[in-house]
Amino acid sequence: MKMMNCKDATQLMSERYERTLSLRERLSLKVHTAMCKGCSNYGQHLDVLRQATARLREGNTGGER
Amino acid sequence: MSNPSAQAASPPWDDASITAIRRDMLRFARMQLRDSGAAEDMVQEALMAAVTSAKSFAGRSAFKTWMFAILRNKIVDHIRASAREITGSALVGRAGGDGGEGELEDFDVLFDQRGFWNPDDRPATWADPEASFEQDAFWTVFDICMNNLPEHIARVYTMRELLELETAEICAELGITSNNCFVILHRARLGLRECLENRWFQGEAR
Repeated sequence: MKMMNCKDATQLMSERYERTLSLRERLSLKVHTAMCKGCSNYGQHLDVLRQATARLREGNTGGER
Repeated sequence: MSNPSAQAASPPWDDASITAIRRDMLRFARMQLRDSGAAEDMVQEALMAAVTSAKSFAGRSAFKTWMFAILRNKIVDHIRASAREITGSALVGRAGGDGGEGELEDFDVLFDQRGFWNPDDRPATWADPEASFEQDAFWTVFDICMNNLPEHIARVYTMRELLELETAEICAELGITSNNCFVILHRARLGLRECLENRWFQGEAR
C-alpha cells in the first residue's frame, strides 16, 4: 500500500468528524500519523478546535466576569 | 410557583451579568452571521424572548446556557429562512461544483508537490490550549482567524460547529453535495488551525 501523504491524511482527519471512516482509511491514517509528527499534532489541534467551538456555544469564552 | 426558593432562583438580571452575557452572545452571533446589524438583532430578540418567558433557573450557568439555546434557535431559524435566498449558486459558484479548484489553491501552499507539509507549515506542538481558553486575548485572535476564512467556508463551518447542524442538513440547506461539504469543512479547519498557530500558539510556545 502506498504511503498516504499529509494532504490526504488531514482531509481524512477532518472527515472523521463527519462520517465513519472505512477500516482501510483508519489503518492508513494510523500508519501515517504514527510516522508523521506534523499530522499527529494536526489531529490534536482539530480536537482543540472542537473544544473551542463547544465553549463558544456555551458562551464560555474567557474568564468569569 | 410561590415557593420560597423562587427568589434565589430568579434570573440574574443585574446590569453586569447581562452585559457580560450579551457580549458573549454577540461574539457567537457575529461569528455565525458575519453581519453586526443582524447579530445585534438576533441577540436583542433572544434577550427579549428570555425576559418575557423567564421561568426558573438553577443558577447563573444554567441561565446562560438557556440564553444561548434561545439565541442558537433564533439564528437557525434566521439561516433556514435566508438560505432559501442565498442558496447554493453563490456557494457552489465559488467553492466549485467538483470540489472547488479556486479555494483549494490557497490551502495547497501548505503542502509540497508530493502532498507533504512544507517545513514552515508543519503543525507544531501547542502548549496548554486549556489555559489559552481562559484568556480574552485568545478569543480575540479566534475571532480574527474566523474572519480571515472566506465567507462561504466560514458559513458552512459555523453552521456545523456553532449551530451543531448535521452535515446532511447543511448540504441540503445550501444545495451542495456532501462531498463538497466535507471539502469546505476540511478547508475551514486547515485555515483556522494555521491561523491560530501563527497568531497565537507560536508566540505562546516561544
